[in-house]
Amino acid sequence: MIPLHQLAPGDDATVAAIHADAALRSRLAALGVRIGQRVRMVRKGRFAGPLHIRLGTTDVILRHRQAGQIEVAR
Amino acid sequence: MKRLALVGMPNTGKSTFFNRVTGASARVGNWPGVTVDLLATRILLGGDMVELVDLPGIYDLHGFADDERIVRHFLEHTRVDLVAVVLNAAQIDRQLTLALQLRDMGVPCVLLLNMSDEARQLGISIDTAAMARDLGLPVALMAAKHGHGHAEAMALLTRALATAKAADPEALRARLAADDRIETDAAAVLKGSVVIPERLPAHLTDRIDRVLLHPWLGLPLFFAVMLLLFQGVFWLGEPLQDALERGFEALRAAALQPLLAFLPAAVQGFLLDGVYAGVVTVAAFVPLIILFFLFMAVVEDSGYLSRAAFLTDALMARLGLDGRSFVMLLMGFGCNVPAAMGTRIMRSRGLRLLTMMVIPVSLCSARLQVFLFLTAAIFTARAAPFVIFSLYVMSFVAALVTAVVFKGRFRNDEPFVLELPPYRLPTLRQIAQRAWLEVQHFLRRATKFIVGGVILVWLLTHLPGGATPGSDATFAGMLGTLFQPVLAPIGIDERLTVALIFGFVAKEVLIGAFAVIFGLEGQALAADLATRMDWVQAYSFMLFTLIYTPCLSTIATLRAEARSAGFATLSVAWSVLLAWLASFAFYQAARHLGY
Ligand SMILES: Nc1nc2c(ncn2[C@@H]2O[C@H](COP(=O)(O)OP(=O)(O)O)[C@@H](O)[C@H]2O)c(=O)[nH]1
Repeated sequence: MIPLHQLAPGDDATVAAIHADAALRSRLAALGVRIGQRVRMVRKGRFAGPLHIRLGTTDVILRHRQAGQIEVAR
Repeated sequence: MKRLALVGMPNTGKSTFFNRVTGASARVGNWPGVTVDLLATRILLGGDMVELVDLPGIYDLHGFADDERIVRHFLEHTRVDLVAVVLNAAQIDRQLTLALQLRDMGVPCVLLLNMSDEARQLGISIDTAAMARDLGLPVALMAAKHGHGHAEAMALLTRALATAKAADPEALRARLAADDRIETDAAAVLKGSVVIPERLPAHLTDRIDRVLLHPWLGLPLFFAVMLLLFQGVFWLGEPLQDALERGFEALRAAALQPLLAFLPAAVQGFLLDGVYAGVVTVAAFVPLIILFFLFMAVVEDSGYLSRAAFLTDALMARLGLDGRSFVMLLMGFGCNVPAAMGTRIMRSRGLRLLTMMVIPVSLCSARLQVFLFLTAAIFTARAAPFVIFSLYVMSFVAALVTAVVFKGRFRNDEPFVLELPPYRLPTLRQIAQRAWLEVQHFLRRATKFIVGGVILVWLLTHLPGGATPGSDATFAGMLGTLFQPVLAPIGIDERLTVALIFGFVAKEVLIGAFAVIFGLEGQALAADLATRMDWVQAYSFMLFTLIYTPCLSTIATLRAEARSAGFATLSVAWSVLLAWLASFAFYQAARHLGY
């Protein structure tokens, strides 16, 4: 298992664990970040900018900090 | 009367549906968080009057953000006969949980799956009958933007409403089931009725994103697009404005002057040089402003704003803000009021307040009118676009400075997680609706502030009786003398003081006030201004106008959104201070350099 932000652009993985507080957890769930869901790293922003990920038909951007709270398995 | 409420995740097309049903023109935009207020209208449904309420978009019913709290509060305190849950059919896999939450709370609901066109393009097929059976809720598939399935959806609502029994708001409280169970339920329903292809077809959005979100080209492209957009507005709008100005002048000479000739000179002066000149000078800008908003509407609806948030978040993070704050600044270019209201999608109070602190320096369309007017009068046609562009840059710089100064005070601990919608093109109908909305907005402002402001300025520049109009002996002159000690060091003429004071009410009044103060309108006024101000004074005046305070409506919005008069006061005090310092630095530096 690795933190989400360590995926390289173009890589696919499966969400394995989410270590976020209740508020963030429910927002992530509503956007499709749920355990067992396939996730793809689409691109990474310059200058430590946000990450662009894809879950099913939903595209989401999030910061490294939040991505670090999500663990994925390849 | 029965009450029907629209609930759904952000950006699923609730406003679009609301507009189609009611014929209203609520604001539509491809950005999560455009509908931030409760909108209600009465409609005729199956022979009965029904109140239709459009609620802000929410992700779930736990209510951590302000907008989610609004919806929860509404459901818990208002009798609602039926809730239409609007979901994006193309994202049904993750959005269905919201419908289940509502159903499990005991809210009577029906499910409207919108954007059937996008779902079909992605190869997603939905068996609505099977889904309705598994959910125990009526389900309809539609595309609100294009009108597909509209009749069926309305028939479904009519039928459901006829039999629906309103839930007791008291009983709804604290009946939210655990998330885990809801997710399992959702998975079961999806399995029985939805087929999502294993591999989604390559989307046009992907290809566009590869260019617009390019690691190095993304930001330069963004600014190029914005610049092009503004150029387009002026290129199309200026001929219209000139024509309108000439038309108003001709109308005055050919009709108004002869018609009013029987009145005493003072009354004629009041009506023609006061009210007419003032209002007409402002009204000439209407075509330009409409164009400007049309372009903004296209940008807002395209989905590019969320990309702007992606591109700028790294910079904004260093300022204690995030990419959404940048988008709000951009929206502020249209009008500061909806931008300030748009901060409701933020959960952290610190981030919200800091964003609301920077929004008022965003160069809104009303200020743009003042700057267009002054640059056209004082600068050459060749220099004018650069002057305007530099003011936009100054607007950003003022926002940056404000953020740096206040980021320690308003701490931001908010996670940044944002949905990136696909690119969309507005339909002509949507564009036309938006233009009409802006015209109405302008007319309301015109009757409320502009006419009144112009009349007051006329009175101040002509009273007390016996004083030479515009001289030091008038009230306006006295005000000018009073403020000279602060305004002289930044090069502002005492005759303009009264205009600045009314600019506080609404920026459009500023140009109306010029017309009244100098008793001229249109081209003649511009020519006269050129003899009274050099470019350094004009630029200093514009810098000051840009920053010194937003309009009264914005201040009222800040107060209401922050729920703090202290915050609104702080915002105004800071703006005035920053404006004066900026103008002082510019004016004195330019003069010392010999300009
Ligand atoms: N393709 C497609 N786009 C739609 C449809 N309905 C709405 N939209 C677009 O989706 C975006 C969000 O719509 P809006 O009504 O503002 O959503 P709200 O935030 O839920 O009120 C806008 O760009 C609309 O033009 C639809 O049926 N099909």
